[in-house]
Amino acid sequence: MKAINANDVQSLLTAMVDTDVYLHLETTNGSYAALHDENAMSVCVFIRNDVIRFERASIQGSGPYRVGLKLPKGWVYATGLTDYEVNDRGELLLAGHDADGRLAVGLELSRHPFRE
Amino acid sequence: MGERVVAIYPHPDDETFGKGGALALHVKQGDTVTVVCATLGQMGRNMGKPFFANRESMPDIRRKELDAACHALGVTDVRLLGLHDKTIEFEDPERVAGMIFNIVQELRPTRVYTYYPGHGVHPDHDALARATIQAIRKLPPDQRPVVYASAITRNRIEACGEPDVVLDVSSVFAEKIAAMKAHRSQSEASMKRMEADIEAHPERKEEIEAPFKTERYWIYQVS
Ligand SMILES: [Zn+2]
Repeated sequence: MKAINANDVQSLLTAMVDTDVYLHLETTNGSYAALHDENAMSVCVFIRNDVIRFERASIQGSGPYRVGLKLPKGWVYATGLTDYEVNDRGELLLAGHDADGRLAVGLELSRHPFRE
Repeated sequence: MGERVVAIYPHPDDETFGKGGALALHVKQGDTVTVVCATLGQMGRNMGKPFFANRESMPDIRRKELDAACHALGVTDVRLLGLHDKTIEFEDPERVAGMIFNIVQELRPTRVYTYYPGHGVHPDHDALARATIQAIRKLPPDQRPVVYASAITRNRIEACGEPDVVLDVSSVFAEKIAAMKAHRSQSEASMKRMEADIEAHPERKEEIEAPFKTERYWIYQVS
């Protein structure tokens, strides 16, 4: 992955407007957060291979970036995005990495299902 | 006759961090060792430093890292259960126990390594440990392996007592470090930190390396 180019990401997102796309969305602070810090909670959420269709898509900010997808009856959004890639399967991967290279947030969109 | 050892863990790297020394020692002693890895660690947060993995490339990368780490430890038999990272506790427990039972029946281990149920910290550790105990319980009592359990919670001593086995693995330290490095996506940041620490404080090398030279296990009584 490489540092987000907002213009590039915007056009990749725009190309998916009004089509069915598979979604992977996650955020986590690690399963050991509570072990390392008694006052912390381990928090994680992920959804994989849900199909969504959005009517508007927008990347905002100057890094880390925010992406919002406007659905006919709702929203998907992710903040803290730093890096992106279109992999060899044609999947658009957006991720937010911390200083140690650890993934803190991920938003991925693909016209084909992600691997199970 | 040597021991037949089966190490049952959910993630690539569980077999190495905190336990790789014991497994390498078994191999050195001529015991047969099998590593069972239930998931591919697909949801790992560490991506390497600088990061080279991403969510979608992670399963392939970690599969290769697992093979390389096991190779470093001298383990040649690696079995995968094909479950998804972070989901084991949501699976049907009977189904997971059944997968482990099949392996246990085939390999007839004299010793099983797994996490200590309830003291694995990661929900996958606890769920797979429970499934492992459930599988072992299906065996007649005289055929059950001894369970070497890893407890990693903060209150482990309070709750489980002192470890039953404190194992000196310094004779296989090199193998263990090689296995840790083989899990590059997961260990690169911490290994670099450790190497920098040693470089900055060469007089503290022994002290910095000491935690990796001792492993602690609790014998879990299957009743
Ligand atoms: Zn683990």
